[in-house]
Amino acid sequence: MNIAELDPRELRFHVEDLLYEYAQILDDGALEGWPELFIEQGSYEIVARENVERGLRLALMRCESKAMMQDRVTALREASFFSPRFTRHAISNTRAHLGSEGAVLARSNFVVFQTLVDDGTRILSTGRYLDRIVVDGGRLRFAEKRCVYDSTLIPNTIAHPL
Amino acid sequence: MLDGPVSKGDQRSWPAAGICRAPYWIYEDPAIYLREQQRIFGGAAWSYVGLEVEVPRPGDFKRTFVGEQSVVLVRDAHGELGAVVNRCAHRGIEFCRSERGHAKRFVCPYHQWVYDLRGNLLGVPFRRGMRGRGGMPDDFAPAENSLQKLRVESHRGVVFATYDERTPPFAEYLGASMLHYFERLFDGRQLVVLGNSRQLIPCNWKLVLENSKDPYHATLLHTFLVTFGLFRADQKSEVRLDPTGRHAALTSRRGDQSPSEHTAEMMSFKSSYKLHDPRLLDPVKEFPDDTTVVMQTLFPNLILQQQSNTLALRQIVPRGPSETELIWTFFGYEGDDEAMTERRLRQANLMGPAGLVSLDDGEVLKAAQEGARLAGERAALAEMGGRTWEDSDYMVTEAALRGFYQYYQKVMELPAERCREVAHEHR
Repeated sequence: MNIAELDPRELRFHVEDLLYEYAQILDDGALEGWPELFIEQGSYEIVARENVERGLRLALMRCESKAMMQDRVTALREASFFSPRFTRHAISNTRAHLGSEGAVLARSNFVVFQTLVDDGTRILSTGRYLDRIVVDGGRLRFAEKRCVYDSTLIPNTIAHPL
Repeated sequence: MLDGPVSKGDQRSWPAAGICRAPYWIYEDPAIYLREQQRIFGGAAWSYVGLEVEVPRPGDFKRTFVGEQSVVLVRDAHGELGAVVNRCAHRGIEFCRSERGHAKRFVCPYHQWVYDLRGNLLGVPFRRGMRGRGGMPDDFAPAENSLQKLRVESHRGVVFATYDERTPPFAEYLGASMLHYFERLFDGRQLVVLGNSRQLIPCNWKLVLENSKDPYHATLLHTFLVTFGLFRADQKSEVRLDPTGRHAALTSRRGDQSPSEHTAEMMSFKSSYKLHDPRLLDPVKEFPDDTTVVMQTLFPNLILQQQSNTLALRQIVPRGPSETELIWTFFGYEGDDEAMTERRLRQANLMGPAGLVSLDDGEVLKAAQEGARLAGERAALAEMGGRTWEDSDYMVTEAALRGFYQYYQKVMELPAERCREVAHEHR
């Protein structure tokens, strides 16, 4: 795939396809597939809008490599206690353009619903994805994904990637 | 003392077994909650409200909390710190709506009453009426209608507030042993805020505080700590309390992942668990002693966290009997190099609402509240390490919980049914 040759609509289609694959992996609980959507040196961050606006770097979740994402998955599988839950992602308003150095820069909105035992389905988080996407191994993968969440006040915990 | 209706919490009495029991109604009863707002947060205690670096210039303010009450921490025109209750003297409006900002004066949006940054009433629109009609009575005294002011004390850049004139100076309130740990973390270097996280935990505020007074859970629940030797019962550890029992510090020294004769009792120990990217746990020594973990609880609303190189203040904000907001402020020091800042940000993965360690706590505390809800006159048990509350050099103890219950009972005036075992005041 040569993304430089894609027209804007094709580009957005391919970006959306990657985002929907990301959503499906998380919503299906197939966490092991999540790091596979990133390049080896890829980074993943969940950051509060308020911190971003104040120029503060703290992240709720900060993975600086695909290996660190795999460690997160292992920790969630084997080293964490949390009540059973599943999520439903709705991703919209995607806009993408070709940036410098052949990477695609994309921005989307997200809503993540969470369903807990003995509890209804509630909004866990809303915000925007700021993604840098490259071609790697013949397909699109994230080089960088920043999830900027709107409300600093989190309903108790966030276990899984947003 | 905080204003408000008189609570009926004094109709309760503590179980006869004393400080090694915590009756579940302290986590659930609205009357007890109201009494806590008056006697604890409105009483002779220093509540954490913020850092000086958050309000560096005259006119800077930050919306914060003492108990559930919204208060505004502000630096006045002369550079002095102050705190006022976020409630207009006229109609009770919570006038300050922004999390933080900069102002020359406070103006209530409703009828535009104006206060200076110390909370003194400066102006009342139409005070003299209009064309000689209406307006405030002639004897209205602005000086008697200022915002409610709190006393403020800053120690090493960390700011505390109290309603009560009787609250002793901060250093005395902490006591020498607690001041030692406080000044170990706040050693005089300028603080640099790395960011905030906030979470609403569906549990009573005391469960959050007690969680950080309980080293016994940390060495069992938290697989991450146990497996990587960050906090484990077979490491050199200490539990320290102040002479009143209200504050505590839990300390430990990092070990490695090797199993010992004790790891068999820790189901969460996993000797084969390896990190693909070991940078997550690559701590460097930065304090003069060999201690690598200090969890300090300062009554009533602050937890100080040093775990390896991740440092944070956790402010406890009660939100009714069964909900608590926890506000995390992660920080470093001026002079940290980029590698150290990166290390702190990376190790912050352990803590906060999505932390590899703290995630467990949020979940378990929710379950604790659910368990307490319909428990009636039953009581939780705290007998690990005995029934008294002395210092120890081991982790398998709930002494800091007992010290806390002992002090809480006293402040709340909740006498035991029959004082069978409360004569443990050894100090």
